[in-house]
Amino acid sequence: MNHIAPGARAGIYHYDAIDRRFVGERVEQFRKQVDRRLAGELTEEEFKPIRLMNGLYLQLHAYMLRIAVPYGVMSAVQLRKLAEIGRTYDKGYGHFTTRQNLQYNWIKLEDTPAILNALADVDMHALQTSGNCVRNVTTDQFVGAAKDEVVDGRVYAEILRQWTTLHPEFTYLPRKFKIAISGAVSDRAAVRVHDVGLLARRNEAGEAGFTFYVGGGLGRSPFIGKLVREWVAEEDFVAYLEAILRVYNQYGRRDNIYKARIKILVHELGLEKFKAEVEEEFARLRGPKYRLDPAIVAEIRTHFAPPPFEELPETSEALARAKAENPAFANWVAVNVAEHKAPGYAIATISLKPPGGIPGDATCDQMDLIADLAERYSFGELRVSHVQNIVLAHVKQDDLFALWQQLDAAGLGTANAGLIGDIIACPGLDYCALANARSIPLAQALSARFADPVRQRTIGELGIKISGCINACGHHHVGAIGILGVDKKGTEFYQITVGGDPTLTTAIGDILGPALTEEETVDAIEAIVEVYLAHRTEGERFLDTLARVGHGPFKERIYAAD
Amino acid sequence: MPLIENGRIGEDAWSFIPDGEPVPNDRPVIISYERWQSDRASFDGRNARLGVRLKSGTLAGAIAPDLDRFALVALEFPKFRDGRGFSTARELRERYGYTGEIRAVGHVIPDQYQFLVRTGFTSVEAPEGTNPTSWANALSEITVAFQPSLDETEPLSLLRRNLGLAG
Repeated sequence: MNHIAPGARAGIYHYDAIDRRFVGERVEQFRKQVDRRLAGELTEEEFKPIRLMNGLYLQLHAYMLRIAVPYGVMSAVQLRKLAEIGRTYDKGYGHFTTRQNLQYNWIKLEDTPAILNALADVDMHALQTSGNCVRNVTTDQFVGAAKDEVVDGRVYAEILRQWTTLHPEFTYLPRKFKIAISGAVSDRAAVRVHDVGLLARRNEAGEAGFTFYVGGGLGRSPFIGKLVREWVAEEDFVAYLEAILRVYNQYGRRDNIYKARIKILVHELGLEKFKAEVEEEFARLRGPKYRLDPAIVAEIRTHFAPPPFEELPETSEALARAKAENPAFANWVAVNVAEHKAPGYAIATISLKPPGGIPGDATCDQMDLIADLAERYSFGELRVSHVQNIVLAHVKQDDLFALWQQLDAAGLGTANAGLIGDIIACPGLDYCALANARSIPLAQALSARFADPVRQRTIGELGIKISGCINACGHHHVGAIGILGVDKKGTEFYQITVGGDPTLTTAIGDILGPALTEEETVDAIEAIVEVYLAHRTEGERFLDTLARVGHGPFKERIYAAD
Repeated sequence: MPLIENGRIGEDAWSFIPDGEPVPNDRPVIISYERWQSDRASFDGRNARLGVRLKSGTLAGAIAPDLDRFALVALEFPKFRDGRGFSTARELRERYGYTGEIRAVGHVIPDQYQFLVRTGFTSVEAPEGTNPTSWANALSEITVAFQPSLDETEPLSLLRRNLGLAG
């Protein structure tokens, strides 16, 4: 039974009988593992990594189940199933994550086999969304649609999905392993803060190849990924990764969980020594066995063939008219709509960050609506972005107004993509057992404070990212304004950093000053914005002004009064 | 301790001789890598088969020059989450062309058995009281794989393939 093919659709990898058999076998295997745990044959220590590799975490109040959305791309049918599961087994909503996945925060252990079966019905699973294995590979949410795209990252992300699935050698790594791939001129996938960050490019002959950055990452020791190889030819793509993982698996530290990521290995070994080790493995692996056959790439590429675009003029008169008549719509288009490579089409971002809302949360009714809209306007396909929004990648410009009206009516028409209200926040102390402080209430307070769409646009491009602890799941290190929750004698405090940047000009933010209370933090962010607006010159983004004037004026404004 | 081979409990012809104890000359024994390093001359002229046991931090390269002296290499898993042995086995096979027995010893669980076989292990020393059914099932639960591995004779597609159902 194939549930994934509702007529015309864009690039979804279609499972066949073998893929389905695999997922079915994994569900059955996990069911038996649960039985063996209950029978005492597996200890809790032994069961834990098995449960994690099936996406099941134990949080503060309940189990959390994290569903894999490979490279963030799914079909409307799959999203509808996620809504159904959220309604049946959770509290009527789901949470989209920074790894482009979806997680349910209120799951009962005994329901998980049924949930996994329901997921398998639509070719989905929760595999490798946790554990010390290679996690879901992420990519540009505009992949296959962006005007500045050079190489379609989905093809290689899918190759990586397959290659990493139950990799016999790399399933018990020193620590988790995250890969991101970007094939566009602008990096929307934050590649340099990943264990392996890949830039897919083309050489003069038009052949695809990859630039490898290794050892980036956030967490308690943030590092920017280092350039390890400028060009790896397509046929060597898997061999080179295999070499990196093998060096990491052998030499990565296992004595201290906080020093076990590959970033520490690269740092301690030194870049040159690390490169030499990888090159030595690579030279040997690079044979027929690990060669990525162009025929395989071509076969996988057929899954991501462009949808049947209509031939349309470059611009839409209907869109121009609607914008002229409706300023709120015009504002949404200016902020949330990006250029598409096909004439007459556009990429629409659906913000999951309404003022006062929980970043990344969607109710099941909203998911159903988005699924309907994806079918009506975007070939039945949608994407989850790493900034926790949803993207409809192939919308006719003529349809944008109708799309926006329906989104707006459902509370999904917020115009803040890339603006100050488009906050990334981790689940924080509301859910997470590791957190020191809550992230969500702060995100809610900030998005409410900056709710005015005109003010947001005036402020312009400015990312706020909030983590409830040093593990940095909210990416605070690369927020133009980053906020880190800390615990001071049982009270939640927040440390502000500025100057972080997740794009190719990657930068880790610097601490501005002593930590503040939640209330003070909201005021301090507003003060930072005011200082920026007072100092900026024509066309300067927040990061530009900060780079020019330094911390001084910001510090003075926030801390001078003390 | 039960020895798992080809998904079944088998006879173990080998015994491990702790450091300091005398090494019998008339039967197959496994010695530690440390002992091999300090007393290697004492094994010159030995006829009975010899095996060596490597701690998880000792990588394949350390034993590579001496591999022709050993009919068995035992790789220790201090805890099952320490996955270095998977790479060490693979290096022994692929990089150094070792064709003898590679045995997993220490803390290994049935859920890892298929990975062990696919990275070049031939046998597993399972803990006392282990459930043989779980080891037997472990090779047939998953019948699809997505990477090349060492239990294949013919080179197959780099990515997805059907696994031959192991016996």
